[in-house]
Amino acid sequence: MRLLDVLGPVMIGPSSSHTAGAARLGNIARILLGEPPIRARIILHGSFAATYRGHGTDLALVAGLLGFAPDDERIRDSFTWAAREGLEFSVETGDLGDVHPNTARIELTSRSGKGLSVVGSSVGGGKVEITEISGLPVSLTGEKNTIVATYPDKPGVVAGITSILAKVGVNIATMRVARSGRGKTAVCVIEVDQDIPEHVVQEVRRLPMIEKVIVVRAQ
Amino acid sequence: MTLTELAQRALAEGISLGRLAVMLESEETGIPLAEIVGRVREMVRVMKSSVSEGLGHMEDSTPVRPGVFERARRSRTGLSGGDAAKVAGRIASGRNLPGNVLLAKSVAYALAVSEVNAAMGKIVAAPTAGSCGVIPGTFLALAEVSGAGEEDLVDALSAAGLIGQVIGERVGLSGAQAGCQAECGSAAAMAAAGLVQLAGGSPEDCIHAAAFALKGLMGLVCDPVAGLVEVPCIKRNATSAAVALASAEMALSGVRSRIPPDEVISAMAQVGRMIPPALRETSQGGLATTPTGLRVSHEMAGKT
Repeated sequence: MRLLDVLGPVMIGPSSSHTAGAARLGNIARILLGEPPIRARIILHGSFAATYRGHGTDLALVAGLLGFAPDDERIRDSFTWAAREGLEFSVETGDLGDVHPNTARIELTSRSGKGLSVVGSSVGGGKVEITEISGLPVSLTGEKNTIVATYPDKPGVVAGITSILAKVGVNIATMRVARSGRGKTAVCVIEVDQDIPEHVVQEVRRLPMIEKVIVVRAQ
Repeated sequence: MTLTELAQRALAEGISLGRLAVMLESEETGIPLAEIVGRVREMVRVMKSSVSEGLGHMEDSTPVRPGVFERARRSRTGLSGGDAAKVAGRIASGRNLPGNVLLAKSVAYALAVSEVNAAMGKIVAAPTAGSCGVIPGTFLALAEVSGAGEEDLVDALSAAGLIGQVIGERVGLSGAQAGCQAECGSAAAMAAAGLVQLAGGSPEDCIHAAAFALKGLMGLVCDPVAGLVEVPCIKRNATSAAVALASAEMALSGVRSRIPPDEVISAMAQVGRMIPPALRETSQGGLATTPTGLRVSHEMAGKT
């Protein structure tokens, strides 16, 4: 355990898992959508569902969707900010199945009509894990710089991405590929050790068949 | 690494435990030393502002009728808020127990930070949000009385962090893992070591102070009412601050833990495993299931 894990994070209270982690989850969902959301449906599960009001989990998730960091004092007033920024949202409780007790499902729509659903858990100390992106199983913690690419399930796409990373000396720490079915939509989540320069992201975007490339930068 | 090894290394190199902490962090992570110290310094500053936020509202509303402040600083549930102001007000009017200024201030500041946390204000989790009041409460009260400066506080917070690292690796720092002994208990141990360093004690004094605090709070259960970081967490921060001060006083006097500090941590880990799950942040026992605790919990559920 590192010194800077024991001390910190600097955060808005009252709970690292139910408040700071929730803000982070909302934040990653916004990044994965790739554009500011205008509509959000949030479903809270387990301990999130049972204690969200007292912990401000709902406020923190909405704040995250607005792009506020876990130490942003606007979290307290995030519902007012949502109205100002044109984000309509609903918060409900539900059973998301066999998942971590602190789990939320977030369904987002952007102004240009793009949709995305994310399932993520707050696993303690403000750390989070995204376990599902639009129905596909993934593992994304945001602790390392991460590339999330969506494309049709065809041979060679992953090789195209990894060869670009190899060329610029970006080392892959972990990688996971999932698809909705053979030849259907696939998602590739690649955690790397280095910074990912913008020109590398652009090069990946220009690969044939790539539909969407998102970079989640380490916090 | 063990506490004993860390204390010996600090002594051999002629540096404080706090300095050793930032050096080890820099070696491990490759982050430059100055950047780590800068991050810790930023935390000290946030701690100061949390205390003044928790107390500042009192000054604003003191001339107004009683109760105004309490409404301003209440948590979202209305379960907590306003207690730091009561203690601070009593100190301000000189009515605290005779000669008890340092303890009374530590208590007031620990309550202030914990209340700010419950009211969705900005704090430093140290080591957790639930136990965020102990270290700033005791450190800033001592600094006010002794005149310690910001760099001393940065070094003391680093030393506290080193103690937390050892406990974190061997026991864990969450109530769900090992009960409140792992949250307020760890915070008190970290604070005790930092207080000793602030007062000029040796690295060995620091680790014995930590051991006293852990022994004093060993077995403390985590039983939050309605699952929230309010009751009894806020007041446990205040009482844990008192444990930290008592522990520091003993260690600085040369008192030594009969059970070596590292064995105390092993015992704490064992006790943590033996604490039933009902008393590990699940709100299925203790204060959470008292008639009042259950009533509050039902009221909260009714609000959803």
